[in-house]
Amino acid sequence: MKFTLSWLKDHLDTEASLDEIAEALTDLGLEVEEVVNPAAKLAPFTIAKVLHAEQHPDADKLRVCRVQTDEGEKQIVCGAPNARAGITVVLCKPGDYVPGIDVTLGVGKIRGVESHGMMASERELELSDEHNGIIELPSGEVGQLFVDWLAENRPDAVDPMIYIKITPNRPDALGVRGVARDLAARGLGRLKPLAVEPVPGGFPCPVSVTIDPALKDKGCPLFAGRLIRGVVNGPSPDWLQQRLTTIGLRPISALVDITNFFTFDLNRPLHVFDAAKVKGSLTIRPACDGESLLALDGKTYSLRAGQMVIADDTGPESLAGIMGGEASGCSAATVDVFLESAYWDPITIAATGRALKINSDARYRFERGVDPAFTLDGLELATQMVLDMCGGEASDVVIDGAVPDTTRAYRLDPARVISLVGMDIPEATQRATLEALGFALAGDMATPPSWRPDVLGEADLVEEVARIASLTQLKGKPLARETMGVPGPILTPMQMREKAARRTLAALGYNECVTYSFIDAANAAMFGGGAEVTRIDNPISSEMTHLRPDLLPGLLQAAARNQARGHADLALFEVGPAFHGGEPGEQHLQAAGLLVGATAPRDPYASRRPVDIYDAKADAEAVLSAIGAPAKVQISRKVAGWWHPGRSGVMALGPKALCVFGEVHPRVLREMGVKGPAVAFTIWPENVPFPKTKVPTRPALHLSDLQAVDRDFAFVVDAGVEALVAVNAAAGADKALIESVRVFDQFTGDKAEVQMGPGKKSIALTVRLQPRERTLTEPEIEAVCAKIIDKVTKATGGALRG
Amino acid sequence: MADLDALRGKYIYAIQSATDEAGLEEIRLAALGKKGEISLKMRELGQMEPAARQAAGARLNVLKDEIDAALRARKAALADAALEARLAAEWLDVTLPARPRRVGTIHPVSQVMEEVSAIFADMGFAVAEGPQVESDWFNFDALNIPPEHPARQEHDTFFMARAEGDARPPHVLRTHTSPVQIRAMADLGAPIRVIAPGRVYRMDMDQTHTPMFHQVEGLAIGRDISMANLKWVLEEFCRTFFEVTDVELRFRASHFPFTEPSAEVDIRCSWDGGQLKIGQGDSWMEILGSGMVHPKVLAAAGVDPAEWQGFAFGMGIDRLAMLKYGIPDLRAFFESDLRWLRHYGFASLDMPTVHGGLSR
Repeated sequence: MKFTLSWLKDHLDTEASLDEIAEALTDLGLEVEEVVNPAAKLAPFTIAKVLHAEQHPDADKLRVCRVQTDEGEKQIVCGAPNARAGITVVLCKPGDYVPGIDVTLGVGKIRGVESHGMMASERELELSDEHNGIIELPSGEVGQLFVDWLAENRPDAVDPMIYIKITPNRPDALGVRGVARDLAARGLGRLKPLAVEPVPGGFPCPVSVTIDPALKDKGCPLFAGRLIRGVVNGPSPDWLQQRLTTIGLRPISALVDITNFFTFDLNRPLHVFDAAKVKGSLTIRPACDGESLLALDGKTYSLRAGQMVIADDTGPESLAGIMGGEASGCSAATVDVFLESAYWDPITIAATGRALKINSDARYRFERGVDPAFTLDGLELATQMVLDMCGGEASDVVIDGAVPDTTRAYRLDPARVISLVGMDIPEATQRATLEALGFALAGDMATPPSWRPDVLGEADLVEEVARIASLTQLKGKPLARETMGVPGPILTPMQMREKAARRTLAALGYNECVTYSFIDAANAAMFGGGAEVTRIDNPISSEMTHLRPDLLPGLLQAAARNQARGHADLALFEVGPAFHGGEPGEQHLQAAGLLVGATAPRDPYASRRPVDIYDAKADAEAVLSAIGAPAKVQISRKVAGWWHPGRSGVMALGPKALCVFGEVHPRVLREMGVKGPAVAFTIWPENVPFPKTKVPTRPALHLSDLQAVDRDFAFVVDAGVEALVAVNAAAGADKALIESVRVFDQFTGDKAEVQMGPGKKSIALTVRLQPRERTLTEPEIEAVCAKIIDKVTKATGGALRG
Repeated sequence: MADLDALRGKYIYAIQSATDEAGLEEIRLAALGKKGEISLKMRELGQMEPAARQAAGARLNVLKDEIDAALRARKAALADAALEARLAAEWLDVTLPARPRRVGTIHPVSQVMEEVSAIFADMGFAVAEGPQVESDWFNFDALNIPPEHPARQEHDTFFMARAEGDARPPHVLRTHTSPVQIRAMADLGAPIRVIAPGRVYRMDMDQTHTPMFHQVEGLAIGRDISMANLKWVLEEFCRTFFEVTDVELRFRASHFPFTEPSAEVDIRCSWDGGQLKIGQGDSWMEILGSGMVHPKVLAAAGVDPAEWQGFAFGMGIDRLAMLKYGIPDLRAFFESDLRWLRHYGFASLDMPTVHGGLSR
């Protein structure tokens, strides 16, 4: 919403400065986006008089002038044809910035003659495009500020433009008068009365209007208009053109400019039909499918059933409340004009405007809510302005429908206002504030004015009182804790778990990424998602069409981007939501890590090697341990399709998968443009069980003073036998005595087969025996060892390696 | 006893001359071994008169101790010399690089979320969460944004596809964290104090917007919680978060459908030379929106507005991170550029706490 200071002063009697007004507007909730004050750039310039002008000795078109200024007589070289003795001019001194030529002046020498400044043209001061000569003022004293002279003699030229942002609840402030009312309520002046003198009709209106019964209740409660015949639709007067131009509107003709003026001045959009082009009577009715209209913006709109139009006998002439039609629009040839003032239902206007994608000033206002009670007053005022500017004679007013009754009242509870806002606003002030805003008070009940459709409850009264009182004045008051003493923990166990996973991964050397929650359809499908219910209906790009089913695609895409920038070795992770459905809550937490390339840069110690699944497994286990997963889990090979089928595994507790780790499927890497090797893991923290009770006490520690005994075994087994089978078998040989079993070596591949036979490998275990009661004797140790060998060979089908 | 002096001289000389441990051992055996000269002399004592035996025995013992000490000293000296020689040979180039170790980082969004949680935890706020796919009721209706409200259009909402035959209004990707207010109040009732950080989504992508970003919602409901309390809480938050001794906030009346009165909050700052300084200067920067929870919102969440009142606020986490840590571009937050992650990321153990400070 844009307006000028002088426009505001049409409605507001005020002595307040521009700065005070701007500050108050922002504080009132009418946030000032921009103030353009033409006076600011003209501030340094003063008025001077040319005392003497003579031909420049070395240039035909230049004159050397002696000029009387506030700093005495100065010599100025001037090229303007009208530079001559006796004229009053606008002086720019050395050091001044001249906006129209974007130059800061200095003392110059022009063809050998010193020049101390310049005398400006209108264009050089950005006052107009006039550049035929320097400004000659009809009045003014030497030394007087040029802006002061302008304010007195050409106020429009220094009229500041104010641009405010209007929140959707304040349609009343979409008219200058509404803005003035807020400022007056704040105490920044007095709202000038608005007198509405009905214009008597001189003849019956030849155009009849009818609202279709289907729309009378809702779409169009009230439609009024009248014919004005014999008008001359020339250009509107300068003051009106100037105002429209300043707020960014193009003056078109007096009739159109008047409707625009009412839109911005009083938030009363109007429409003018060229009566000669209206056939028969006007009907406000729902459009029929297949109807269309060439609108004033030059576009043809296909209408759908139910959209509201104003139609004559030949069809739609106007998109009601949104935009008029080209065919019945007014032009310089218009002699008889039908002036329309109607009240349209905001919801209907919004729906139609949205469907047709038309953003007009009228739609913007009607969908937020104009004052229904002002419909007829607006018509009368506009009629008068048409008569004043264009002449002619007005008919009687034709009306269908009636002003809808919006009367309602809410209780003003001054104590509650104080309690909610936390400011001591006396009851009298509260009441005065509401009255200044147009509320009618009866006892403790306040009836909002017809121009405030947003006021729909007691809370709205509180807001009005508070914003007029000024929230800038609000002083903070401590909010006491609900309980005394040391506050308890506030994070939930799952929130702590998420944090632990994140911090552990960073400690393991991974860089945390935050990637988008949506990915493209192909990747969604490749990672088990892409279902219709996870599709976004209005995606912002084809790369972001589906909710991500997994965090890995985002990390792989990040890896590909980084590889393209020359970073081949990567450790990336993300902790965040993945989506297994499209319903609220069909999301779950994942912690995913991705290792790509080598474990380390090249160094003198041969640290560098390609990442492998045991790196991923180690890191996954570290995270699982950090979030409280038990050390013993089952491992299966039931992995999803984006994992290498032979080089990945799932860690699970019964039916609950805690983690999957392994190599990313080479086909996936190829699709996503990632150069391998790439190993990864995905952890589902929500699947890790929480302890049934949370007790800080640790179980007792039983240490034995007796010497532990380590024994190593090597078994020859089939190459496909998993080490865990051997480990579990060995551990089961004597649960009391065997403290741990660990794989410390494996021998596989061609060399192993040469030694141990085709399809064979060897696994080496170290077993630690921890006696509890007495030192073990050699025969006892031998007995346990024999049992271990027996169990392992039975479980694996292998043999002790000779 | 001249023979004892000769013995001493002979052995001490031999010990000093020995060049290795084996030589020393030979000398020890020759002198102090079972058949060594000193041992034999000791044996001879038995044949002496008691008086003579006493005198000779004492002298022999002194000699024996002397030789023994000399042996030990020489042995230690030889060992020292050998170690010196070994150490001299064991030279390594200490300027070679250390073994490489990967250094991980925490994303600024996570770090700032933890900072925010730490501060509000100290003021008694718990952390609530909610789904990111929301029903339009939680995202809009319950927050007093009816279907035809212009604010709905201004939210640039992402809508989920609806299966054919599913006549329900489409779900949305939550456009703000405010629906968590409703869920938290419905679950926990009043009084309540929570913050709700998390991802939010709007259909907007340009220089300063990304279709996903992060917000933190705050909600405090009690018997007499006022807007003045809100201002204090935000002042405390900003002072602590930006790690300055003083902040000045300005409340400006505004409009949000879910609060009434509503205020946008500006913070005093300066931008000298492109460097943002919070708490001083002549500029104001908008940092968040806030207000008193609308009675309709309380009612939608099952809290009686006649009995309870309180405030809510929402601010951008990414923006807080940008302002505090001087990060210029929002889009880079989600690009996972390793150089960016390393530069703007935080160490794994940089855990923000109120007692230890938020940042290093």
